[in-house]
Amino acid sequence: MIPNALPQSLVDNPRIDQWISFPSGGRVALRTGKVELGQGLLTALLQIAADELDVAAARILLTSGDTEAAPNEGYTAGSRSVELSGGAIRLVCAEVRALMLEAAAERLGCPARALSVSDGAILRDGVESGLDYWTLAEAVNLARTASGTAPAKPAAALRVVGTDVPRRDLPDKLGGAPFIQDISFPGMLHARVLHRPRKGAHIAHLDEAGALRAGHGSVSLVRSGDLVAVVGEREWQVDAACKRLRERTQWEGGVTINAADGEATSLLSRPLAPARVIHQGQAGDAPATSRIEATYSKPYIAHGSIAPSCALARFEDGRLTIWTHSQGVFLLRGAVARALKLPAEAVHVIHHQGAGCYGHNGADDAAFDAAFVAMARPGQTVRVLWTREDELGVAPFGAAMQVKVSADLDDDGRPLAWTQEIWSPTHAARPGINGAVNLLGAQEMEDPPQDPPPIDLNEAAGGGATRNGFSLYDFPQTMVHHFVADNPIRTSSMRGLGAFANVFAIESFMDELAEAAGADPVAYRLSLMNDRRARAVIETAAQMSGWGAATPDGVARGFAFSRYKNFAAYLAAVVELKVDEDVRVSRVWCAVDAGRVINPDGARNQIEGGAIQATSWALKEQVRFADGQVVSNRWETYPILRFSEVPEIETRLLGTPEDPPLGIGEVSQGPVGAAIGNAVASALGVRLRHLPLTRERIMAALLEA
Amino acid sequence: MASDIAFRVNGIERRIAIEESVPLIHVLRNELDLKATRFGCGEEQCGACMVLLDGQPAYACTLIVGEAAGRSIETAEVLADGAHPLRAAFLEEQAGQCGYCLSGILLSAKALLDRTASPTRAEIIAALEPHLCRCGAQGRMVRAVERAAASLRNEVAA
Repeated sequence: MIPNALPQSLVDNPRIDQWISFPSGGRVALRTGKVELGQGLLTALLQIAADELDVAAARILLTSGDTEAAPNEGYTAGSRSVELSGGAIRLVCAEVRALMLEAAAERLGCPARALSVSDGAILRDGVESGLDYWTLAEAVNLARTASGTAPAKPAAALRVVGTDVPRRDLPDKLGGAPFIQDISFPGMLHARVLHRPRKGAHIAHLDEAGALRAGHGSVSLVRSGDLVAVVGEREWQVDAACKRLRERTQWEGGVTINAADGEATSLLSRPLAPARVIHQGQAGDAPATSRIEATYSKPYIAHGSIAPSCALARFEDGRLTIWTHSQGVFLLRGAVARALKLPAEAVHVIHHQGAGCYGHNGADDAAFDAAFVAMARPGQTVRVLWTREDELGVAPFGAAMQVKVSADLDDDGRPLAWTQEIWSPTHAARPGINGAVNLLGAQEMEDPPQDPPPIDLNEAAGGGATRNGFSLYDFPQTMVHHFVADNPIRTSSMRGLGAFANVFAIESFMDELAEAAGADPVAYRLSLMNDRRARAVIETAAQMSGWGAATPDGVARGFAFSRYKNFAAYLAAVVELKVDEDVRVSRVWCAVDAGRVINPDGARNQIEGGAIQATSWALKEQVRFADGQVVSNRWETYPILRFSEVPEIETRLLGTPEDPPLGIGEVSQGPVGAAIGNAVASALGVRLRHLPLTRERIMAALLEA
Repeated sequence: MASDIAFRVNGIERRIAIEESVPLIHVLRNELDLKATRFGCGEEQCGACMVLLDGQPAYACTLIVGEAAGRSIETAEVLADGAHPLRAAFLEEQAGQCGYCLSGILLSAKALLDRTASPTRAEIIAALEPHLCRCGAQGRMVRAVERAAASLRNEVAA
């Protein structure tokens, strides 16, 4: 019986041999259900295993994300992979080491305490005993349930964890072919898929003959309902044919989408689920002397991975094999099997690394597209590549959100009660969630699977729209969640989910309250914060940036803090910027407490990358609609931050190795976005409450002021 | 109509029978099996497909193979071994996250360093401006190019 305190990944996959084995040749075969998304996770997991096993990381072969060769750990999401998979691997490896030492002690006739391990070799009183993990492997049965009770190493004994081990995947990315886009098989077919421009649209006219001509007569079409694929042996011909289809296909019907639907205010008039009201803390009896409120919003944003999504599939002898950069191979397997009416056991899904993934993008949809075409071309491997227009136009978007904050204040301008009212469509429409298939192509087929209505993540799962809707500040809080139950725009999980809008609203409003109280924003926050670790990052960020010192003319600073999900890492940020025609962020300081950090340089890379992405979101990004479709489906119409606009970032990690690791993958988005908002307000003397903070918004705000 | 097209890729003479209008990226990736040239957008907006054409950055997604005839092309494969300081510098700085944008960025950086021994930070940023990186590793990449430039200068001095 495994107690619940074990990492969920180990509870779900309790057998030791699901995680590890010792193949000959002095190798360690380690398996994880979490996958590399560009975040450096696999290197961190190797470090954890190397320390607990006392083997060189170079000996470890890692298999990740394979429905037939790796544990099922659900989605790689929510900044929880080090905590969950890393936590499981830590305990499993500690137990394997203990079992090996026990077996060695028996064979050598000595107490286990006389033994130690050096790169997999068993030492007796510091001298080679002639035994090692591989000679012992036959005698030690790993086909057993992990007890989870073997003591993992104390922080002081860690040698690899906590060091800057270089990324294992980086060398091959410098001139190599490591991506899913680079896989090829002899005789492989290329395919492109035409996707509908909006939910519910049907093909009114398909220029099949024109497409075949554009494909030099060497391509063919595969169609089911409104799902059409072009297939052929030569990618350039397939590409040309699909371009022609895209230009000439006429669509009719479907949902109505106009420019106004791109604004968060449109959410207020959608069909809403009954409001959910959640409380944190108990309101006191002290009477309020004033009440203020303000409304903030963020628009729909696109994932914008630099590579279009890609997948390969082959259907042979009744079995379907899919190569994908999905975040959740097991859930994808179930969804594809249901949509194609195959038994799940007949579908094998294998993860292969794609370009940077920041949430539920087109990866799963492309995997279905490849499977759909492969079913029509049995025995042949089919490679589907999406286009830039697909990636920015039909993949799920990060949800728009409207957040209204109100506070009852005492005489000193301190909140007696805080209410956060949130309007948002779903942040959780991944394949398999709530039993839904949620695959774009499947919904376009004739006889599509009947998906249940969307839901959002509950608070136990970290919340979707409600993520970080409560703050760590010391006042009673109420959250009112208006779930947009039916929305014409396709949304799902994107880095941080609701945290970005909620933290933007909370931390903007905190600055507004501080200003109304005549207090310094940092001092005001500290006066309402008892959490020791939160205070430490707030104080450190202020000190790093020289907060409070005069800034040169035209240069403004802003501050913000949050603890991601209120249970992951803490981060306080200061940004420095100038507003000329546009906002130019020049510097960012981040103070972070993530507990035990496995790879400090990797953590910095994630935190700083998140800060840059958040800067891009805050200043530039908004999905735009017109005439029933997305019109921001090219980089020209969906600009993101460029090299010349990237700030200098300084990051300090405050956590201690004695504290458990806290997720950092999404920690910087909210605070950095909010700190930018606060700095812009300081620069202009006018507060902008609606993202993105574009030139048009700034001009409008200045004219109004 | 297929034409017989000859050009040099990474110093090797190549000859191929193909329509002149085919984008170079398809020829490199699918006909010559040089996969390090990455497809990103197909319209010169992201720089993922950047190659060097006679030493100058060029977008392989829109450059048709006919225009490459008789010319010299470099792809990111030239940086796949340990010889070039850019490779060592990008590893030293751990300059990348997902790494999909790196091929194009390395080549624009190489073109810069081939013509400028001591580029300023502003010149490096200007050279990399055509490239998008969504993960946010730009700062590391700029530092890596600075490091490679310093290393190249030391080589020359030694």
